[in-house]
Amino acid sequence: MRYFAPATLAETVKLVLSEPDAIVVAGATDVAPRLWVGHISAQALIDIKNVDQLCGVTYSPSHTADTASSADIASPSHPASMMGVFTVGAATSTACICEDALFARMFPGLTEASGLIGSVQIQNRATWGGNLANASPAADTPPSLIVNDAEVLIAGFARTDNTQINNVQTDNTHIDSLQIDSSNNGVYMRTMPVADVVTSPGQTSLNTSEIIVSFKLSAPPPRTSDSYLRLIPRTEMDIAVVGAAARVTLNPDDTVREAKIALGAVAPVVVRAFEAEMCLAGNKVTDETLAQVGLAASAVCEPINDKRGTVQYRRQVAGVLARRAVKIAATRAQERDVAQLRSPSEGGLW
Amino acid sequence: MVSRMHVTCVVNGDTVEFLCDGGQSLLDALRADVGLLGTKNGCSTGDCGACSVIVDGKLVCACLMFAPEVDGSNIVTIEGLADQDTLHPLQQSFLEEAALQCGVCTPGFLMAAKALLDAKSRPTETEVRFALAGNLCRCTGYDKIVRAVLACAETSPEPSSSAASHMMSSSNPMTSSSNAASSVTSEVSGYGRT
Repeated sequence: MRYFAPATLAETVKLVLSEPDAIVVAGATDVAPRLWVGHISAQALIDIKNVDQLCGVTYSPSHTADTASSADIASPSHPASMMGVFTVGAATSTACICEDALFARMFPGLTEASGLIGSVQIQNRATWGGNLANASPAADTPPSLIVNDAEVLIAGFARTDNTQINNVQTDNTHIDSLQIDSSNNGVYMRTMPVADVVTSPGQTSLNTSEIIVSFKLSAPPPRTSDSYLRLIPRTEMDIAVVGAAARVTLNPDDTVREAKIALGAVAPVVVRAFEAEMCLAGNKVTDETLAQVGLAASAVCEPINDKRGTVQYRRQVAGVLARRAVKIAATRAQERDVAQLRSPSEGGLW
Repeated sequence: MVSRMHVTCVVNGDTVEFLCDGGQSLLDALRADVGLLGTKNGCSTGDCGACSVIVDGKLVCACLMFAPEVDGSNIVTIEGLADQDTLHPLQQSFLEEAALQCGVCTPGFLMAAKALLDAKSRPTETEVRFALAGNLCRCTGYDKIVRAVLACAETSPEPSSSAASHMMSSSNPMTSSSNAASSVTSEVSGYGRT
């Protein structure tokens, strides 16, 4: 087997197109075990960890501005109203993401989901890009990415006859965001909501010549926070029986302005619990509201029976985790009050 | 016929060169090509941690890394822990606490424990248990292993601020194992959530 470690994005996407029997790897925590037992085979590996754009957590004050280290916004001159964008490289290890203190304050639930994937050994290798591209229904980070409206930046390489670009145009509804830079020798970029990436277990909507470059997340507004809960048969090192992510934005009177709930491992792909979200809108997060949230979340599940749980069990657990996740997110949202977020002791103005 | 890849890296302070297949695991290369048999093959799927090694300051499963990835890297394996005939304090502590029986998991536990103490010299019991959660032992039931790590942490001196000492000349578990270029940090990654 050949091994490539391209250093630039252009080189990488050209390789992905020219080596159809290659597997793209970052941490390889899902790929390597399957290679060893022969579940998958490949003629080559394309290791994407050496491409700068694919690694690291950066923050930019606006979509167009140059990226800066996320530590930079802990400056007292940073206006509280500024909505920035976090960019997380697809090949960034989850350990690296969890160590970013500012990111963890902005997205505590997403950080929890990232930190739950495997042991220290796995954390040092596993990536969001791999977690999403692996397209497991039980993946931990996609529900949290979805409630935070994360987008993926995707890169591909167009053949000189433009067949690849035409494929993208016919196959994809997000053609508006397709940017073809003719000066970049056929390398194109497009963006897509994380929610649209996985189409079924093991399948994504990415073209075979495309790779995930990075994830983009808008910094949450004040009185907004998220949470992620998962149930596994033991306390560590297992795959979710059910995963529940919630994000809540509160009005000044503590009624819910907006709630998002996404459930993992209870359907072929991550499901949004829209009915449950509507139970919350305009209401306070009371036990009564949460009871409705739980019922509505259970109702949206279409789980399978397997060794980790029965259909009935998964449905019930999904309802319990959904309402608990909402409660945690709402409590955190209250704590992320504007006044408190302006405190310098918070290390910033969030 | 695919030509083999040439890899140069530092293993336990020594520059090592080997030829490997692009799809060969680091574990296989360490054992078959570098000739270091201390790193064990337990599951080959990243579940058991027996193959744990520290690559550029990061604790990883050698079975989940491809050998060509370590070109230019600094690797510490179980063979790099002891200073000649003097055991590393963690090794000594494992002996004193009888924290091993068959011994197959022990190199992985020692590397995981070393990575923890490199990052945090005074971990709580909970932190030790989380840090070792990626390592499986079928003999001891873990309590003795956890006790050994805690005992080692308690008896070791406070870490010095200049942790850039040479691994082979140091028996202090809290100093960095990194003896490569200055780009290698003294902290071990993967402990952001503690």
